[in-house]
Amino acid sequence: MEQKKESLYHALTFRTELCMGCSHCMMKCPTEAIRVIHGKAILNPDRCIDCGECYRICPYGAISVRQDDFEKIYNYKYRVALMPAVFSAQFPDKITSHQIYRALISIGFTHVFETENSVEFLVKPYNDYVKNQREKPVISSFCPAIVRLIQVRFPTLVDNIMLIKPPMDVTALYIKKIFEDSNIPSHDIGIFYVTPCAAKIAGIKSSVLEDHSLINGVINMSYLYNKVYREIKQKGFAKEQNAASGFKFMTRDSVRWSLTKGEIRVVKTNKKLAIDQIENVIDFLEKLENEDIRDIDFLELRACYQSCAGGILCSGNKFLTTERANRRANDMDEAKTNQHKTNQQEIKHYAPYIEENVLLHGKILPRSIIKLDDNMAEAMKKMKRIHEINNILPQVDCGICGAPSCQAFAEDMVQKGVEIKSCIFIQKILEQNDKLDTAETIDLMIKTWGIGKLDKSRMKELNNEINI
Amino acid sequence: MYFEYEVVGGDFTNAGSTSSSVKKTLKQLNVDPVIIKRTVVALYEAEVNIVAHAYKGKIYINIEEDSISIRLVDEGPGIPDIDKAMEIGFSTASVSVREMGFGAGMGLPNMKNNSDRLIVTSEVGKGTIIEIYNKLQQ
Repeated sequence: MEQKKESLYHALTFRTELCMGCSHCMMKCPTEAIRVIHGKAILNPDRCIDCGECYRICPYGAISVRQDDFEKIYNYKYRVALMPAVFSAQFPDKITSHQIYRALISIGFTHVFETENSVEFLVKPYNDYVKNQREKPVISSFCPAIVRLIQVRFPTLVDNIMLIKPPMDVTALYIKKIFEDSNIPSHDIGIFYVTPCAAKIAGIKSSVLEDHSLINGVINMSYLYNKVYREIKQKGFAKEQNAASGFKFMTRDSVRWSLTKGEIRVVKTNKKLAIDQIENVIDFLEKLENEDIRDIDFLELRACYQSCAGGILCSGNKFLTTERANRRANDMDEAKTNQHKTNQQEIKHYAPYIEENVLLHGKILPRSIIKLDDNMAEAMKKMKRIHEINNILPQVDCGICGAPSCQAFAEDMVQKGVEIKSCIFIQKILEQNDKLDTAETIDLMIKTWGIGKLDKSRMKELNNEINI
Repeated sequence: MYFEYEVVGGDFTNAGSTSSSVKKTLKQLNVDPVIIKRTVVALYEAEVNIVAHAYKGKIYINIEEDSISIRLVDEGPGIPDIDKAMEIGFSTASVSVREMGFGAGMGLPNMKNNSDRLIVTSEVGKGTIIEIYNKLQQ
C-alpha cells in the first residue's frame, strides 16, 4: 500500500516544564497518540492529527500552539488580515464590525478580508464536484483535522475526500489576483490567516497535497482577539455600521460557512449530512467504511463541536458565537443592496480565474496507524501476540501503565517492547507470588509517572490522613 | 487466524458487527484498502442476508497470509432457485424488510462482484451456506 512516509508538521507542542503527567490528554486523544513516560506526556507525531482535544482538556496549560510572531507582518508592504467570520462573532454585541476593522488597521494591517469572501466563488465548483464524483459520499476537505483523521484511521476513505480548496485559500487567491491586477508584486503582499484552531496551522504549514498555500503566516485567534479588544477599549473607535470593503462579498451562506451545516447549505442535493465533534465523526466513519450507510452524496465533517465556533483558539463561548453569526446572517438582505449588483459583476469577472485554480492537486495518501506491520505475515504474528497479551490484561483501561487502554498497552508491548510489568494489576499478581518486591514495583511506577508522585518523603503529608 | 461469530435472525440493530470486526483486522494486517472494501462489502451483504431471512447463523472466518475465506452457515428458509437469486434486481425480501432499506435484491450479484470466488449452496427449508474467498495480496 502506498503510504505517506514523512511525519507532518504539527502545530501542537507539549511543554514538559508545565506538564504534571496527569494523563488527561492521553485518555482523551482520538488517535491514541499520547503516552506518559517519566511523568510527562509524550506525543507520537505519526499519530497526531492536530485536532486539539489534548489542548482543550489539559488542566495545566502545558500544551501550546505554535504560531508565527506577530511582528512578521512587517516583512511585507501590504499586510492582509484574513479573518474568519467566527472572529468578529466572538465580540460582544456592543462592538461593531467596523470597530474591529478599525482596530485591525490600527494594530498594523493595511487590509482586512473575511476568509469566507470566496464562498460565492465556491458554490459552483462544489456542486459540480459532488455531481461528477463517482466515489460517494464526497467528504469535505474543509477541516484539516478530519483529512488527517481519515488518513490515519480510515485509509479506505481517502479517495472520498473532496479535492477543492477551502475558502481560506480561495480568498487568498482572489486577494493576490486583485493586487496583481493593480500591478503590485506578489512579494509585497503578506496574507495572514487568523486561525481558530491548530489543525488549520498544520494544514497551512504542511499540506497533505502538492499545492502550496498562498498564506504567508498564521496568527492565533485568541492572541488577536485580546489585541483587538484592547485596541478598541483604549482608542474607542466610532461605531459606524458601514461595512468595510474586505467584507463585501459576505452573504448569508458565507457568514454561516464555518458553522455546522455551513457547507451542506450550499450543496444542491437532498442526500447530505453534517456531523461535528470528533467522536461523532469517528463513529460515523466506522459505519461508513462498512458500507452500511448508503445514499449520501455529500458529508460535511468537522472536528470541533459547533465547528469553528468551537475552535480551541476561540475566546468566546461557542454557543454565543454561533448565535451571533446566525443573527448577522439573518439580518443580511444582500439581494436588495446596490453593493450586491457591483459584487455580482466583480464575481463574474473573477470567477473564471478562480474556477481554474480551485482544485487541489495530487493524491491524498493513507498514513495508516492501524496496520501492525508493512509485511502481512509479520502483522499477523503481531496480531496473535497482541490478542494473547490483551487476554491477560485487566481491561480496566486505567492508564497506570502509561498507555490509554489495555489494548493500546498490548500493542505497545509488541511494537515497542514495553514490559508487561508496567501493568499495576500484573504487578500485584507478581507480588503475591513473590516474583516482584516492593522496591521493584516502585521503580516501575517511577518509570512511568516520574519520582514526584511517589516520593518517599511525602509520608509527612500523609501522616495526618492515615492512622498507622 | 480463525474467528467465529454468531448472527441472530431479525437483529438489524447489530447487523454488520462481524463485517466491522473483520474490517478492523484487515486494516491491522495492512491489507490494500481496495481489497478490504471488496471483502467487507461482500461479507456485509451476506451477513445482512442472514439477519433478514434466516433464524440464526454462524460466520467462520479464516485469514491466511495471502487470503481470506469466509463461510456463512445459516438455519433458514433456503434459496429455491440460486440462479435466479444471482440475477440483478431479483428479491425475495418481505415488505417489512424492504421498508428498513434492505432487500433491494442486489445481495448475491453484489457479493459475486466483490469476491474472487463465491459458492452458494442451499437446501429449501433447512438453510444456506455462502462461501466467499478473496486474495489479500495483489
